[in-house]
Amino acid sequence: MTEPRSKTTGLRVLAAMSGGVDSAVAAARAVDAGYDVTGVHLALSAAPATLRHGARGCCTIEDSHDARRAADVLGIPFYIWDLAERFRADVIDDFVSEYAAGRTPNPCLRCNEKIKFSAVLDRALALGFDAVVTGHHARLVDGRLMRSVDAAKDQSYVLAVCTPYQLAHAIFPLGDSTKAEVRAEAAGLGLGVADKPDSHDICFIADGDTRGFLARALGAQHGPIVDAQSGSVVGTHAGSFGFTVGQRRGLNLQRSGPDGEPRYVLSIRPVDNTVVVGPRELLDADVVTAERVVWTSGAAPTASFPCAVQLRAHGTTSPATVTVEGDTVTAALGRPQTGVAAGQALVMYDGDEVIGSATITAARRLADMPA
Amino acid sequence: MPYLDHAATTPMLPEAIAAVSEALGAVGNPSSLHGSGRDARRRVEESREELAAALGARPSEVILTAGGTESDNLAVKGIYWARRAVDPRRRRIIASSIEHHAVMDAVEWLVTHEAAEVTWLPVDSYGMVAPSALRAAIETDPHDVALVTTMYANNEVGTVQPIIELVRVAHEYHLPIHSDAVQAVGAVAVDFGTSGLDALTMTGHKLGGPPGAGALLLRRDIECVPLQHGGGQEREVRSGTLDVPGAVGLAAATTLAVQRRDEVAARVSALRDELVTGVLAGVPDARVNGHPTRRLPGIANLTFAGCEGDALLMLLDARGIECSTGSACSAGVAQPSHVLTAMGASAAEAKGSLRFSLGHDSTPADVAAAVEAIVPAVERARRAGLTSVVSS
Repeated sequence: MTEPRSKTTGLRVLAAMSGGVDSAVAAARAVDAGYDVTGVHLALSAAPATLRHGARGCCTIEDSHDARRAADVLGIPFYIWDLAERFRADVIDDFVSEYAAGRTPNPCLRCNEKIKFSAVLDRALALGFDAVVTGHHARLVDGRLMRSVDAAKDQSYVLAVCTPYQLAHAIFPLGDSTKAEVRAEAAGLGLGVADKPDSHDICFIADGDTRGFLARALGAQHGPIVDAQSGSVVGTHAGSFGFTVGQRRGLNLQRSGPDGEPRYVLSIRPVDNTVVVGPRELLDADVVTAERVVWTSGAAPTASFPCAVQLRAHGTTSPATVTVEGDTVTAALGRPQTGVAAGQALVMYDGDEVIGSATITAARRLADMPA
Repeated sequence: MPYLDHAATTPMLPEAIAAVSEALGAVGNPSSLHGSGRDARRRVEESREELAAALGARPSEVILTAGGTESDNLAVKGIYWARRAVDPRRRRIIASSIEHHAVMDAVEWLVTHEAAEVTWLPVDSYGMVAPSALRAAIETDPHDVALVTTMYANNEVGTVQPIIELVRVAHEYHLPIHSDAVQAVGAVAVDFGTSGLDALTMTGHKLGGPPGAGALLLRRDIECVPLQHGGGQEREVRSGTLDVPGAVGLAAATTLAVQRRDEVAARVSALRDELVTGVLAGVPDARVNGHPTRRLPGIANLTFAGCEGDALLMLLDARGIECSTGSACSAGVAQPSHVLTAMGASAAEAKGSLRFSLGHDSTPADVAAAVEAIVPAVERARRAGLTSVVSS
């Protein structure tokens, strides 16, 4: 039997509950706000048991149990939505094909774009809900997406892909709190997940071995590792998909560079399955191009504007001048950045506010560009 | 609150609650030799006799268990092991493709771990197993068959199987046949003796008894290797301290359910028809699954094209109307029903299906509330569409 509906403001919200402490407290705050809250755990793995061991992600049976128990404590109805097929197609397959194409995708960002704030949000709205509540650490102030007050936990980067429409139907109750405050609140509410460890890994790669996962998905494809400066083959690899720009470890080169300095992955050429390596200074990029731009407020501020850009999750920002050309943005960086990988998001900030985001396609050094 | 999920579990009958409560207050292990033990034993044996009488079995054929899943596992695995021990060629299990997971997964386990083979019997679009299909399956090699198992009445769509005919075919080849009758007992006439079945699974909580109490009816001449070893309390086939409150509650509820069967079935069947008529009036393109006449009185399984069953379930739940998308799964994830797919439904159709199941305390008001809620719920769920299905 369902509990009688709590005091209501008329707003019906769907709380996405991963089984972690953040989404549990977010749901609790939605209840406190007087919303009519329904909890939903997204089943993202078609065979949850296979992801059980050692997993610290968000799709094990234990996690769905934790989410259910949190909903019990909050006294809200709880369901499991099976999004495994969509997750497979839109996130996992995309992850694999992006790596195969020599890019470095961010699956959390893709999950927000395609699953949480697309498939789930669309379904929620169609079923009569007004908004989706998540435990992301970010703020929404008058529809503007802002960084969390907890800089270490800020997740605005992986939310920057959301459109104004998606953000208009999202509620992030945790943005004004630090993680420590969230945990304390969970403990105070008697939520069993109060001291549950944070998830860090990619949820569908339970053992954390991304390269092993990709090798199983794509099969071994041996190819050369080439030095950018000498052009000579300095090693071999079992698949260019196993590398990320900026990577230093795990190259297993027969010899280091002519200068004896360590080599870094500079670029990946899936066309001839080649990994190009070189010294650290060649990793610096001054100019970053990105496409599929999304403007958080609906439109670009101007054709060219100053802002701060962040080029990877948990990365630092650099001042930049961004030039807009249709669907594409080009950021001239005020400070060179190291290891900028195609496939990651370029997120533009004005202080704490997200202006927009785009998917990185290329990064170059100013010195290499034609005058 | 319209509770329309009686096939999942049904409210306990007041008489069964009274019998269980009374037994809970008495001390005594039925295996003890003193006075309290003898009293407890007497209550268990009286319950066994009562249960046997209600089901057309002999008391010695009643093995008390902790419910349907245990009974199914015991029958499938125990008879498989016993038959294979006599003749190592007997490794094949013939089972219908619409079995409950308690049978299906037990069979799959034997295939994976005990070198069993399986022949899944097809069903027609009503979910019915044809005796000719069983014969054909046996005929491939009658000597390698360990056992036959076919459900008595299906839990999802309610179709009642031609058990007498299936038994006749199995016995022509001298093969033992088990039937999971969890949904059938108390809903349709089930008589173990006249059915000819060698083993039959039943459970208490589907007919007004306590959860966690059931029985396997097993003919005396059928060998069955135990799953649980210990005191050997139940004919050396099942060990475990006898559950006196469970046994008395099971017997009380089964007796009443069987006694009242015709009256309750007629009433429930009329309500079920009213529900189906009402839903079809509001949602004309809904499809009713299962056999039109050879069916359980209380089950209405409907497919709503373009909807996801779990979305419908949630919308109805919010209105206080409780039903099911089929058989529940541990993680709560609704897989497309293997029963509906065996009957020829596509995965999308199977996912768009809902089971309403009525029982002894269902009322016309329950039906009216469900009918009223279903139309807006279907409209809403159709707007949400098939979210979980990837469009190609």
